Amino acid sequence: MRRNVTAYGFLCGALICFAFFSWYPMIWEVVLSFQQTNFVDPPVWVGLENFVTVFEDAAFGPAWKNTVMFTVLALVFGYGVPFVVALVLNELRHARAYLRFVVYLPVMLPPAVGVLLFQWFYEPEYGLFNQVLGFFHLPALDWLNSTDTALISLVVVSTWMNLGTGTLIYLAALQTIPGELYEAAELDGAGILKRIWHVTIPQTKLILLVMLLLQIVATMQVFIEPFLLTGGGPENSTVSVVYLMYQYAFNFGNINGGNALGVMLMIVLMVFSAIYLRVSREDKS
Amino acid sequence: MSNLTVVSKEPRRPAPPAALPAPPKRPRRKIRQEFRTVVSPHQLNSRRGRAVYWSVLTVVVVSFTAAFVFPLYWMITGAMKSTEDLVQIPPTFLPPQFTLDAYAEAWELMDLGLLLGNTALYAGGAWLFTLAIDVTAAYALSKLRPVLGKLVLALMLATLMIPPMVIMLPAYLTVKDLPLLGWDLLNTPWAIWLPAAANGFNIFLLKRFFDSIPRELLEAAEIDGAAPGRILWSIVIPISRPILGVVSILTVVNVWRDFVWPLLVLTDSERMSVSIGIASLSSQMPQNVLIASLVIASIPTIVVFFLFQRHIMAGLTAGSLKG
Repeated sequence: MRRNVTAYGFLCGALICFAFFSWYPMIWEVVLSFQQTNFVDPPVWVGLENFVTVFEDAAFGPAWKNTVMFTVLALVFGYGVPFVVALVLNELRHARAYLRFVVYLPVMLPPAVGVLLFQWFYEPEYGLFNQVLGFFHLPALDWLNSTDTALISLVVVSTWMNLGTGTLIYLAALQTIPGELYEAAELDGAGILKRIWHVTIPQTKLILLVMLLLQIVATMQVFIEPFLLTGGGPENSTVSVVYLMYQYAFNFGNINGGNALGVMLMIVLMVFSAIYLRVSREDKS
Repeated sequence: MSNLTVVSKEPRRPAPPAALPAPPKRPRRKIRQEFRTVVSPHQLNSRRGRAVYWSVLTVVVVSFTAAFVFPLYWMITGAMKSTEDLVQIPPTFLPPQFTLDAYAEAWELMDLGLLLGNTALYAGGAWLFTLAIDVTAAYALSKLRPVLGKLVLALMLATLMIPPMVIMLPAYLTVKDLPLLGWDLLNTPWAIWLPAAANGFNIFLLKRFFDSIPRELLEAAEIDGAAPGRILWSIVIPISRPILGVVSILTVVNVWRDFVWPLLVLTDSERMSVSIGIASLSSQMPQNVLIASLVIASIPTIVVFFLFQRHIMAGLTAGSLKG
């Protein structure tokens, strides 16, 4: 009995913080998405009306399409590349500390700094990227100002800022592979590529899967890049779900619509989170 | 978990004795392998292997420097150029005249002293609250095991399933008008401090570490008459230094780098964190002043990275391998 009182005494700070800032907002998110509120009059239950409103929004389709495209493109660059980079780094015997430090530097910058830095690089006339293209006598690109390149430009920023995380995690995983496995494979006559395929990849399968799920959940919440660089434009070509959610709440004055979008995204992301938890639990058993 | 990131310095196999009879020809510098990886030592030290190795190394070092260091160099020197030099085509590699005026101007115009001070206040407070609240909670859940403790833990870990972005609107409304109490925490440090403490991942890391502390150690203290608070303070905390370091760094760095949450809850320009302040003024500033402010805003996190590299990397792998 006394033990319980003491224990809950120790727990009360955390219980209050979680209740106010995690548990309550989660429930309220769902409640608000079925209500119409202006925070003066009592809220009215409106059924699925908010969902219909956002569904009929011209930006709804683009927002989901861009979010999925952004996630897929970010996977193409940000998922395979760090693994290959980690594989190469693991083979090197020199400059290891330097390379690990350097690849993680962009991750340590505040994201707003990284994004605003790239805004300058993307500047069409004197920006670094078009200068470099000009140096190699390649045609200049419109980067953020063209519907063709705006989304991919955002992917580039995001990948640059996050590549280090994946690389270092893979590198840590590679270092746990026992060297005997490679020796055994070599004795069996496996070449380098075969050793990677039959030893490295099976040994890191779990971390590869976990990283895939984590990255999907992280990139589907893309917000800061469109918010600071493009404002969702040009022509909705970079509007993302979270950005649209923000706009509903703070620009369109329809916070319930924003919550409806939030609930949709929550359902999608919870599917990936659930798979992730399952996978990481299998890891333990 | 922390040992995963730290490259083992000891060779797995003893190095071959160095002082054998001198080889007849000039000895080639052997590429030493500290541990076995995909490429075998034999392949690596063949004539071809060596050539490939050194060219791959060169390519990697050059491309990494170009991709990750050059942008930062460009940023630091860009802020040393005048506005005219900055738009010059082609750009100069070094600033034609070395000047720190843009840095001084950024400090003045954007009130960076205030913004950095605010951010330090938010990060420092979040650190204290997170440690005080999460350490006691994890200790209670791990060692005191009250009734319904398992349920409380499950509910706390369940928050890891819901990404923070998707509940940002109701969380914002909560902070704006705290339920039951009716307090408006917008533009106060509390809006950063308290939500930072509601972190399921910290609870998870700390509880897992506390679980590994042997029971006998605490029972011995209990028999000596030490109260739970005393045991936590004098026994648990001193031996939990490594995990407390990881949690501390994660908390401070997260608050320092966070963008969306402070964007919502710190709207008053006097209260903004450095990221939000710079972003909100970015369109009104001359380019070189803006770049200078970016440099200044990145210095604290880069310094933290220099100092606490090991903790940060330990936290990184702890997060993803066992999250």
